[in-house]
Amino acid sequence: MSSKDRILARIRRAASGPADTEIPRDYLRVHGARTPAERADLLAAHLTEYRAKVHRTDEDGLPLLLARLLTGSRTVLAPPGLPPYWLSAADATRVHDRAASTPAELDAVDSVVTGCALAIAETGTIVLDGSPDQGRRRITLIPDHHICVVRVPEQVVDSVPEALERLDPTRPLTWISGPSATSDIELDRVEGVHGPRTLEIVLLDTDAQWGPCLPMSP
Amino acid sequence: MTAVHLGMPAFPASPAFPAFPDAAREAVRDDVLRANLRHATHTIRDKRARAVGELADWDRLRAAGKAVKDHTLAHLDRYLLMLEASVTAAGGTVHWAADADEANRIVTDLVLATGEREVVKVKSMATQEIGLNEALEAAGIAAYETDLAELIVQLGHDRPSHILVPAIHRNRAEIREIFTREMGSWGRPAPADLDDSPAALAEAARLHLREKFLRAKVAVSGANFMVAETGTMVVLESEGNGRMCLTLPETLISVVGIEKVVPTFRDLEVFLQTLPRSSTAERMNPYTTMWTGPGPSKGADGDGPSAFHLVLLDNGRTDTLADATGRQALRCIRCSACLNVCPVYERAGGHAYGSVYPGPIGAILSPQLRGTGSPIDATLPYASTLCGACYEVCPVAIDIPEVLLHLRERVAQGGPVTRRGIRVRLRPAHGHTAERAAMRAARRLLDHPGALRAGERLLARARRLAPRGLPGPGRAWTDTRALPAIPAESFRDWWARERGSTRERGTSPRGRGTPR
Ligand code: SF4
Repeated sequence: MSSKDRILARIRRAASGPADTEIPRDYLRVHGARTPAERADLLAAHLTEYRAKVHRTDEDGLPLLLARLLTGSRTVLAPPGLPPYWLSAADATRVHDRAASTPAELDAVDSVVTGCALAIAETGTIVLDGSPDQGRRRITLIPDHHICVVRVPEQVVDSVPEALERLDPTRPLTWISGPSATSDIELDRVEGVHGPRTLEIVLLDTDAQWGPCLPMSP
Repeated sequence: MTAVHLGMPAFPASPAFPAFPDAAREAVRDDVLRANLRHATHTIRDKRARAVGELADWDRLRAAGKAVKDHTLAHLDRYLLMLEASVTAAGGTVHWAADADEANRIVTDLVLATGEREVVKVKSMATQEIGLNEALEAAGIAAYETDLAELIVQLGHDRPSHILVPAIHRNRAEIREIFTREMGSWGRPAPADLDDSPAALAEAARLHLREKFLRAKVAVSGANFMVAETGTMVVLESEGNGRMCLTLPETLISVVGIEKVVPTFRDLEVFLQTLPRSSTAERMNPYTTMWTGPGPSKGADGDGPSAFHLVLLDNGRTDTLADATGRQALRCIRCSACLNVCPVYERAGGHAYGSVYPGPIGAILSPQLRGTGSPIDATLPYASTLCGACYEVCPVAIDIPEVLLHLRERVAQGGPVTRRGIRVRLRPAHGHTAERAAMRAARRLLDHPGALRAGERLLARARRLAPRGLPGPGRAWTDTRALPAIPAESFRDWWARERGSTRERGTSPRGRGTPR
């Protein structure tokens, strides 16, 4: 008898329990009603609380903002599907991610700029799914500085249930809520143990009706 | 059914582990340990209460989490087969391991087949439970723990003492000393001028481990959840070491208990809300990685491992499933909230539980997974004041006190149990006369809900005080284990005074408040 058969047989002998109950789904889908602007504000507040740096701009202001955030970076890695104009004003040498790039090569890159699949306001989370504007998992992991652009309002959802239903489970999913952190030593929080030490989120206003947004932080 | 001698427990308690009261007595004398633990548990528990309070629907999420897990356990065969099919369809390979030895053998063979002699590891309770590191070492394979706390434990030749923060019994000076002394023999040494600030220590760990991440070809992980319908594996973490291990190596081997399966991708919406808040008191943990097989889109372009192996681990779980009362322990999502509110854990420390599962959940899980044959496993069901705090915080509503009483009864009086899939009758444990008396005392309390409620409230209030026994009807029940002391007023006086105002408001035999 294989272990699989043995385990399944044990389960079948063991699992004679009470009749099945329905799974109650009466928990909230969203915690509170928000306008798109409030949703973006909440996202920004929660990300800031987890020590991500949050910036706001519109399509016209994006290249200059990214150029400013990349000041001091000699190299910037961009996934293949990143809109070219995003980095049009940046001085940093653009490095392309190739399948053959080794972890050691990535380790030498200063910054990485990506888009995202969506962001969750209630938890302060961005989710990457490996789409062409986000690239491979490793590029947002090894360099020490990650800038992630979130299109507002369309990429911002309120809650975890709303996020899951928009995501494709067959894609590689990476959920990021603030920079890498540990509290293992006397519960003192330290950022940047292994993942990027600095996480910067750019909320990119794509809705002209919103009018100009003021930058969140200098 | 006749009594039979039980075979070796599935993951035996080391003979070195003394019975819980003895181990606890030692820990209670260790002032540094107790101070570290108190600071840690109180900090986390206060933060947690705030994080949970933010969700108006916490009770409903908790009920849903409980129901998802119960439903899955009731159809575990179906969901495991579904999971196997989805993981296989996504390009992964599924292995089934009935016990620790088999799981260790499978992992060792998989690693050897790659030609590699070292692996990086993501913190995982399941691999600690089966003693995987030791098994790999015996086969000439070095296993490197990459979670900072696990690294501290491993370098210190130590054992973890908490589910979430395994090195919480160590302070910064001790950690500095361990890093300085040990890192050099494992790889990149600690900087010569290492100071003991958490930032400097974390940086030393970063440098030490990065060298390993960048060259590792094989990683071993556990998983927080496995989705049957899609074959998606989920790992929650904070530091990024998990992402490193799950992304960079070519081969990924995940060892996961069979109870970690959930039916649908949607079910994650419950646990991704309850686990981080209940565990680290955050709205969301910094990193969550989900992957579905190695998949052509991942393996081919070098994004993520090109080979994925899932080892499904039984190791006493089906025996636990066979116990209608005890099986609820399999709902556990390892958030560690129950540890942080437990007055016994706070004083005894994690090591006293003689298992990788400390605290209240350890007190009900270890004796079920391993059987109650060893002194430590026979006494673990008594490692509790039954104050009910663990039940109230548990995000999947495991009634830990109920299972504790059930296990006490089993230890004291014997009865039917399932070991390695075979139903046997357990004899009353020798040398547990005290426990039998304790059971009787517990019974008496249970028959008098008012007394229990009063006693519990008293204990809850007395949690900050030094341990002593419970007077009155509870004495026999508590005199062999550490208990919080109670105020000068005697139990009986207090009860008499309180009685008038606390006349039964309900008929529940245990009278714990409903969870908030
Ligand atoms: S028993 Fe409940 S509270 Fe304790 S670790 Fe498991 S899920 Fe968390």
